[in-house]
Amino acid sequence: MEANRSGRLRDSLHDWVGDWGGVTIDAFSAIGDMALFAWSTLYWLVSRRPRRGTLLPILYQVGVLSLPVVALTGTFIGMVLAVQSFFQFQQLRMETRLGAVINMTLARELGPVLAATMLAGRVGSAMAAELGTMRVTEQIDALSSMGTNPIHYLVVPRFLAFVMLIPALTVMAVFMGVVGGYFYSVVILGIDKHHYLYNTREFVGSWDLFYGLAKSVFFGIAMAIVSCYQGFNCTAGAEGVGKAATAAFVHSFVLILLLDLMLGISLDAVYFALWPEGSSLF
Amino acid sequence: MMMNALPPTQEQLDRPLIQVHDLSVRFGQQEVLRNINLSIPRGQSMVVIGESGCGKTVLLKTLIRLIAPTRGSVHFDGQDLAKLSEKELTSQRIRCGYVFQNAALFDSMTVGQNVSFPLRQHTNMSDREILERVRARLAEVGLPDSAMKKKPAELSGGMRKRVGLARALIMEPELILYDEPTTGLDPIMSDVINELMMRTRRHYSVTSIIVSHDMRTVRRVADRVVMICPVPRLQPGEPQMIFDGPPSELERCADRRVAQFVRGEAGERLMELRGSAAISA
Ligand SMILES: Nc1ncnc2c1ncn2[C@@H]1O[C@H](COP(=O)(O)OP(=O)(O)OP(=O)(O)O)[C@@H](O)[C@H]1O
Ligand SMILES: [Mg+2]
Repeated sequence: MEANRSGRLRDSLHDWVGDWGGVTIDAFSAIGDMALFAWSTLYWLVSRRPRRGTLLPILYQVGVLSLPVVALTGTFIGMVLAVQSFFQFQQLRMETRLGAVINMTLARELGPVLAATMLAGRVGSAMAAELGTMRVTEQIDALSSMGTNPIHYLVVPRFLAFVMLIPALTVMAVFMGVVGGYFYSVVILGIDKHHYLYNTREFVGSWDLFYGLAKSVFFGIAMAIVSCYQGFNCTAGAEGVGKAATAAFVHSFVLILLLDLMLGISLDAVYFALWPEGSSLF
Repeated sequence: MMMNALPPTQEQLDRPLIQVHDLSVRFGQQEVLRNINLSIPRGQSMVVIGESGCGKTVLLKTLIRLIAPTRGSVHFDGQDLAKLSEKELTSQRIRCGYVFQNAALFDSMTVGQNVSFPLRQHTNMSDREILERVRARLAEVGLPDSAMKKKPAELSGGMRKRVGLARALIMEPELILYDEPTTGLDPIMSDVINELMMRTRRHYSVTSIIVSHDMRTVRRVADRVVMICPVPRLQPGEPQMIFDGPPSELERCADRRVAQFVRGEAGERLMELRGSAAISA
């Protein structure tokens, strides 16, 4: 009886270790796979230029078609920031500092993160579904069989489109956010225009804009690789394609948050190394 | 379409175009191909037969390394495909044409763009030249000019298959792999495609490997027939290729499985099915 129970315990422990071991191995091999995928994207990126014909439609898809939704999100986030922080700052009689708070937040955090998230949802998952369908219907094999490398033909243009256009979309999101925040603060809440702008100019500098744009480029790289990787490794069937699209968005989003934190820490370290006496809001 | 500046030496011409050595492919626990050895000389047209699911498509894909073998090697024109870099592999594949079982057309492109794709990727031909070639190829497979502007989704299954065929032939490759080129076509179209395969062979002296269930195709185009048997149905120690010889010997083969396949008789397989039906009833 006793031996039996300990035997069962040992078995279940065994299973548990085995299961977790399996999960860990799968996770590591997926990361390894993705690293190889990223490496070969880089290889084809530098070894041969993509054709104009393949790049243009994707630039249009990623950039032009994403502009409205990014602009809309930016505008509303700018206004929401004004709504949320006005009351707190009014109690301190510092409502003109809103200009600094809103625009700093937009340039450093919300602009890049929101632009990237919108792009991951609008383009990243569609891309994974498109490439996944191509994988499932053997179109990717067909490319290889005709002597065209699928990474060079399909992934490199998408990668370039993301990396080139995400800073532009971030600028758009930040700009519309600044406009939206200004509109709400000055026109609706009646904050003094002169002081609002003065505070903005005083506290928000080109470093903040650079900070946001630098982050956005990393977001773009991560999203492009994750989305294309999910598409290329799609499993058969309509379900597989759906899963690839979902995974592309979820993984991109998690990576964006993770990168945001890590880049925030390291960019701050760079800033304080360059300019030891930074300016402060208060 | 020879890319090399130097004419091939006699030694190069004599060596087989494809040499498969001890090839095995498995997917997870499932063993699909086991210890296949094949040597295919230049200019031969070989037909691969075998029941559905025995691994014919997998074999064809392994030959151009769309699937990496679990064990063993494939040599194409004397080069081990496993040792080639991505770039070299890509340039070797330009020498091959592959007709996919399900056509595998690019669904975002028109028929014309599909067929001209390899030309646009690998040559500097003018648009006029390309258009002419595409027209000629489409006419060969019995498709009218009006089909050129259509998307693959607007075509019937048989038409799609023929577009796939036209696309594989457009570069005039040295080696063509056909995966069931006549399945799903009406008897007349099948005959046209059989004729096309023979004509292609006469004109460009290509090497062809054809997967087919169609005994008419086998009789008309094959110099050599290879039959593979699914791994689970093999006796222990038996090689997976249960027949390898000229088509005339197919009928005389002593192996019952080969004779039954050729005549289209289910034999003891029918008994198996009846047995399982009786159990479930
Ligand atoms: N990508 C894959 N992953 C897992 N298993 C596969 C894969 N491709 C093929 N198989 C398995 O390999 C076996 C052989 O498949 P294959 O497509 O080569 O059959 P086939 O001989 O071409 O059949 P058919 O005549 O019906 O086309 C099948 O049992 C299939 O389940
Ligand atoms: Mg098949």
